[in-house]
Amino acid sequence: MTDEATPLFDIELRLLLDAVYLRYHYDFRGYAFSSLRRRVRHAMTRFGCERVSDLQHRIIHEPEFFAEAIQYFTVQVSEMFRDPGYFRTLREEVVPVLTTYPSVKVWVAGCSSGEEVWSLAILLAEEGLLERSMIYATDINPDALAKAQRGTYRVDRVAQFSRNYLAAGGRRSLSDYYTSAYGNAMFDRRLTQQVVFADHSLATDSVFSEVHFVSCRNVLIYFNRALQDRAVGLFCDSLVRKGFLGLGSKESLQFGAHAEKFEAFAPEQRIYQRKVPG
Amino acid sequence: MTDLPEPFGAVVIGASAGGIQALRVLLEGLPATFEPPIVVVQHIPPDRPSALAELFGYRCVLPVVEADDKQPLRPGTVFFAPPDYHLLVEDRQTLALSIDEPVKFSRPSIDVLFESAAAAFGTQLLAILLTGASSDGSEGLVSVRRAGGKAWVQCPSEAAVPTMPESALALAGADAVLRLRDMCDRLQGSFQ
Ligand SMILES: C[S@@+](CC[C@H](N)C(=O)[O-])C[C@H]1O[C@@H](n2cnc3c(N)ncnc32)[C@H](O)[C@@H]1O
Repeated sequence: MTDEATPLFDIELRLLLDAVYLRYHYDFRGYAFSSLRRRVRHAMTRFGCERVSDLQHRIIHEPEFFAEAIQYFTVQVSEMFRDPGYFRTLREEVVPVLTTYPSVKVWVAGCSSGEEVWSLAILLAEEGLLERSMIYATDINPDALAKAQRGTYRVDRVAQFSRNYLAAGGRRSLSDYYTSAYGNAMFDRRLTQQVVFADHSLATDSVFSEVHFVSCRNVLIYFNRALQDRAVGLFCDSLVRKGFLGLGSKESLQFGAHAEKFEAFAPEQRIYQRKVPG
Repeated sequence: MTDLPEPFGAVVIGASAGGIQALRVLLEGLPATFEPPIVVVQHIPPDRPSALAELFGYRCVLPVVEADDKQPLRPGTVFFAPPDYHLLVEDRQTLALSIDEPVKFSRPSIDVLFESAAAAFGTQLLAILLTGASSDGSEGLVSVRRAGGKAWVQCPSEAAVPTMPESALALAGADAVLRLRDMCDRLQGSFQ
């Protein structure tokens, strides 16, 4: 019988999360345990640790090691225009409403390496809204944020991005927005002149601005229900009346504490609108 | 000796090539009195909506749904993994989704489902591995058996594609190697 099949593994994992919080103030204690177990087991294999407590020992004593290990606590899977139907609905149904505001603030929470941010910037540019928009792109993973800011993606991923872009109702050709060099596609910097990339944790930080639209896709799935409620609470406090919240295609407010504060706007695309309170 | 968990908490099922026909035999035979929740990963293409919940919803007595994140694990209900997401058992009450990297080229992955269910249900879990052309599910079955759960593998000679059951038997072994009809009878027999 090995640890992974017994509660011992879970006990050690909880201790690790406590230790990481006390030492570095990264709070993974409210994350969905099932996928965390798997990723921590990967980290153990990768770093040759037999037990979670061996991993914990290195993490709390070596900050440089933690910087590497943190990659295993967060999942960095993303794609430009992922779920094209979502972006198409934004373009056709949400942007026309946003256009009625003199200026628009957008918060991309858990932006990972930026694919979602660059997609939104392109979409807003094509709809003539980018110059009056301000986008906050936040994440807790410093490497991901640096990549997001760079806007450079391996060229072998771009065919998929282009297919998504067209399916999302793109008006041009995706290649109008990047130049290729050394196996990379570098997206046009002008697209992100209005973007602020910043470190912000949905688990420990608070609201920092009033916004008209929050896009938070495939982040809540990594949280347990209590932490999901915290995050959605932040979105709610941050959104203007009638502001929009877009979630990932398999996420919903249905099982959470704030469900009644939102109205389904485009239910199949998991786009909600904040109700006028009262 | 029934090879069934006692008490019986949940069933997880993994299937790939040829799986839909096999699942039809298995799921359509289950009576309304069947109590444990049933969680299924059938390998499907990532880039289009899945019709599995609808298809089986018509044919099964039990309610069938495509799983949503943090959905309560209701008894007597069949949950299918959605396309392009891993489906995990979060705890005895809840399911969870993830978009972690594909495992053995698959998302959803059977290994991911089985491992998470083993951690949540331990000895109260029954894992069933059916036909398929991959080796997904083999490591998951190892976790299930280590945690004291029961493992049933479809008889390779009956499987439309025997690779997946064979791979599992070689790596994890099984508590029973069965034909679909026999699986069905045993499951039915346990909830009459
Ligand atoms: C799977 S990616 C989603 C990327 C993108 N939104 C998309 O849908 O393509 C999840 C992201 O959430 C970030 N994340 C995890 N915990 C977070 C937290 N507490 N606050 C903010 N972001 C977090 C991770 O670092 C990761 O970049």
